[in-house]
Amino acid sequence: MAPAADRRVALPGTGELLIVMPALNEQDSVARVVREVRAAQPDADVLVVDDGSTDATAERAAAAGAQVMRLPFNLGVGGAMRAAYRWARDRGYRQVIQVDADGQHDAAELETLLAVQAADPSIDIVIGSRFAGKGDYPVRGPRRWAMRMLSVALTSIVGTDVTDPTSGFRLVNRRALALWAEHYPEEYLGDTVEALVMAHRAGLTMRQVPVVMRVRETGRASTNPVRSAVYLLRVIVAIGLAMVRRPPRGGDS
Amino acid sequence: MPTTRLTIISVIVAVAALVLVFELLRRRRLREKYAVIWVLISLATVVLAAFPTLLRDAAHLVGIQTPSNLLFFGSVLVLFAVSLQLSREVGLLEEQSRRLAEEVGALHLRVEELEKKQQAAERGSETGRPTPGSEAQSSRRTSAQ
Repeated sequence: MAPAADRRVALPGTGELLIVMPALNEQDSVARVVREVRAAQPDADVLVVDDGSTDATAERAAAAGAQVMRLPFNLGVGGAMRAAYRWARDRGYRQVIQVDADGQHDAAELETLLAVQAADPSIDIVIGSRFAGKGDYPVRGPRRWAMRMLSVALTSIVGTDVTDPTSGFRLVNRRALALWAEHYPEEYLGDTVEALVMAHRAGLTMRQVPVVMRVRETGRASTNPVRSAVYLLRVIVAIGLAMVRRPPRGGDS
Repeated sequence: MPTTRLTIISVIVAVAALVLVFELLRRRRLREKYAVIWVLISLATVVLAAFPTLLRDAAHLVGIQTPSNLLFFGSVLVLFAVSLQLSREVGLLEEQSRRLAEEVGALHLRVEELEKKQQAAERGSETGRPTPGSEAQSSRRTSAQ
């Protein structure tokens, strides 16, 4: 624990950093992830948003020491994150990190995200990217093409490299929090893709940082060509919507 | 040319539709904002059913040869508008219920926190009671603040 403590970015007291985990039926992994995160960031508060799980996700998360926000029915990651961002804003947290509850994000990499914002406080959003050159994460076939396309489109819109647009590993500061607590797209892919476009339009700055990700233990990565085609289509729709939609009013404050 | 029998049947159907709308409205099953459009539509249907020549003249005026095509065209337009409006409303309702769900989640968490805090306070006061002087201590603390 001692070497980890040396690397830790100084947190001025508790209540500064909130680590959010949207979770839907993740009872097998959530407790372990919560413990890992708490071990890696002892000063941070951990909030698990139970997005209408039908298993013991909420109980196990609470037993592992997380605060648990139980949503009455499934809202999707977008809804869960908006609820979490609003909670964080109302509580006055300065930074919020989103982490997946399935354990594919390495808790040690929380530090990597924090270090970026510590080095340059003008960066509002730090995205942990698995394709930016660190670690190897296997994604192949049409799904990979779809992600490539999404990445190219988003990079050109946002103006900074976004090689892993669907990454659910992100750090935001108060400015981004203020925007996303009110406006956070709830559609499929919207929570990652459109949210970034929205943030960019609101004048927020973002930077990606390479992180190591583990292969998902409860393997759901689809290699079904039909599913991949549907995914590609949804990617196109998501980009199209993000481009066409009017930016929310009063986001940039 | 529409026969008298056809006219009677269409009038009956149109009046039935009007009565249905009215009844729903009367039982407060239909909101006023939707009622207006449905009442207008069913009234127009009654008028057209009673006076089929109106439709023919209108079709002639617009330049449509078969009067029923004007009717179809009009119906499609109206239905399109109504369903688009309903889609919009459903989207709005979904957004509202999502917001509510998020709020419920947050409120739940706040209540749990408060309950925990209260329980801790109660436990503290229960264990604190037997020791003499603790009451005086706490009163001193409050007066000092």
